[in-house]
Amino acid sequence: MVNNIEVLENEQHEIVPGQENILEMQELKKHFPVKTGVLQRTTGHVKAVDGIDIAVKKGESFGLVGESGCGKSTAGRTAMRLYEPTEGQITFDGEDISRKKEKDLFNLRREMQMIFQDPFSSLNPRKTVGSMLAEPLKVHGLYKNQNERKEKIQEVMGRVGLNPSFTNRYPHEFSGGQRQRIGIARALVLEPKMIIADEPVSALDVSIQSQVLNLLDDLQDEFNLTYLFIAHDLSVVKHFSDRIGVMYLGHMAEIADKTDLYDDPLHPYTQALLSAVPRSHPRERTRERITLTGELPSPANPPSGCVFHTRCPHVMDVCKEIVPQMREVKPNQYVACHLYE
Amino acid sequence: MNGETVIDIRHLKTSFFSKKTELPVVDDVSFSVHKGETLAIVGESGSGKSMTALSIMRLVPTPNGEIVDGEIYFNDRDLLKQKEKEMFKVRGNEISMIFQEPMTSLNPVYTIGDQIREQLTYHQDITRREAHQIGIEMLQTVGFSRAKEIMGEYPHRLSGGMRQRVMIAMALSNNPQLLIADEPTTALDVTVQAQILELMQKLSKEYDSAIILITHDLGVVAELAERVVVMYGGQVVEEAPIDELFDDPLHPYSEGLLNSIPKIEGTQDRLDSIPGTVPTPDNLPVGCNFVTRCPYAMELCQQEEPRLMDKDSSRKVRCFLHEEGIATDGQQHRSS
Repeated sequence: MVNNIEVLENEQHEIVPGQENILEMQELKKHFPVKTGVLQRTTGHVKAVDGIDIAVKKGESFGLVGESGCGKSTAGRTAMRLYEPTEGQITFDGEDISRKKEKDLFNLRREMQMIFQDPFSSLNPRKTVGSMLAEPLKVHGLYKNQNERKEKIQEVMGRVGLNPSFTNRYPHEFSGGQRQRIGIARALVLEPKMIIADEPVSALDVSIQSQVLNLLDDLQDEFNLTYLFIAHDLSVVKHFSDRIGVMYLGHMAEIADKTDLYDDPLHPYTQALLSAVPRSHPRERTRERITLTGELPSPANPPSGCVFHTRCPHVMDVCKEIVPQMREVKPNQYVACHLYE
Repeated sequence: MNGETVIDIRHLKTSFFSKKTELPVVDDVSFSVHKGETLAIVGESGSGKSMTALSIMRLVPTPNGEIVDGEIYFNDRDLLKQKEKEMFKVRGNEISMIFQEPMTSLNPVYTIGDQIREQLTYHQDITRREAHQIGIEMLQTVGFSRAKEIMGEYPHRLSGGMRQRVMIAMALSNNPQLLIADEPTTALDVTVQAQILELMQKLSKEYDSAIILITHDLGVVAELAERVVVMYGGQVVEEAPIDELFDDPLHPYSEGLLNSIPKIEGTQDRLDSIPGTVPTPDNLPVGCNFVTRCPYAMELCQQEEPRLMDKDSSRKVRCFLHEEGIATDGQQHRSS
């Protein structure tokens, strides 16, 4: 197992020399205990993330896709240490952060920020935009001079497309798209190296969605940001990401450059997922669709062997017993499937 | 396509009243749907698409909401003139509706079987046992292999996709002539969405029902609809056959909407976007509702409200650019 990761890492370094990883997750697991009865005894575990390896390169957008319950949000939050990892290692900027104590994570929080899905519940309704943006600066002791701080806040607001004179307004005075801009400004004000964006546009209207995506794109160029972009909309992920990882039931199914993944998906789950996406023109309607049978198994009791074997159209005997390992099937395209062994 | 008209909506206007001010949320909406046809209503939040559906069902929230004007002819009968008692016979029987939230539209304390049987025995003169049999058949039609067991299950035991399939089975169990589906797949994952869309397609062919599909997702529209009505700020801004809308949108809003979605085929460096925000019913601009965000806005657009007019036999558009006798090369300005 461990050897395999090393091989995977080495190969990536060989292919893209000079481009180092900013965030690495190795064999990362996050299990949530299931407690039942009056004594609240732990009777099982929801294996939300069950051993994933992801390496995000500096300056790229890494898209993490999958359906609800696949563990993509948990993976993002664990990478930020918002959740305690159950097992495995997280490396950020060359430093192992998986076992660090909360107070030692202080500097990490400045460099790794998060944008949330819901622009309505992720902002405090009793705080003005100005005070919301000032708080992270105060906490981290930056821009101590009040005028400088104000200047910084207005600069960031202007940068994300908010009127800088709105510092004294409350969240309810803004529309959904503007609120998401406040969330982006809040992440940006600390000048982070990396932003984890968890479904940043899925609550927005179509015409607003493209504004926010373009903004995130511009900010990346301007501030040399790295994104971990978590989303379920495959068209949005394709547009936004450089490389994409597909997750299913706590495991990585496939990791590849976006064009390779969409032109030639190798994992049967990726194939099914992509074939289910509605086309953007009615003339493309008639096509083969791979329909998955059955329901998504519970992550508290995942299937043996390959977790996808209960719904896989190409299932073999070996899939029921042995967990497939990630291997590079085509250059830079990693697949966890026995079909390619 | 030219089958008989099932529903014909004319100049519908629905308003909300707060402190004596009238806020029209549906404003002069007209369209019709034929037998066996799927018509999509596309729009963003606040466009009035869901309120149009609720108006057809006469389910506009009271006491603040009210249908102020217009006619809704369902098989030559004006639904707006029917008594509430008559509407009981229409709802769930001749016209059925599927809602967005499969989590909240089933009653959690009754089994699936109870809920299917109830609406069958209410509308048809059949026994409980017969209703049970029909219920099982309907569940099989929507793709349940263990239909008998599902009849005895409570809603919380089912996943979102299964609940939405139950809702569709219930909506279709009385063979409605018109099915209104309000964002039927928005809460569902993409693989489940594909199943539900396929199912709706199959059923509209089988039962020859008319479908009004309400959605914000142009991908879903491209998959399912034959004709599209685009709504903005409570009004219909364009009506067109599906291929023509995607190939050559007439209204600047339709054009902006189509250009702002990322396409799964190919790659684009940058998305087009519509500047500004979606207006709410209480801050609509003077003149054309879209004037503040329109890249082609002319002076006239800020003064007068354009009418919905026929472009040709199958297309309608509400925009001065397409009205004859009005110069289209007028002064262009962008506002944000």
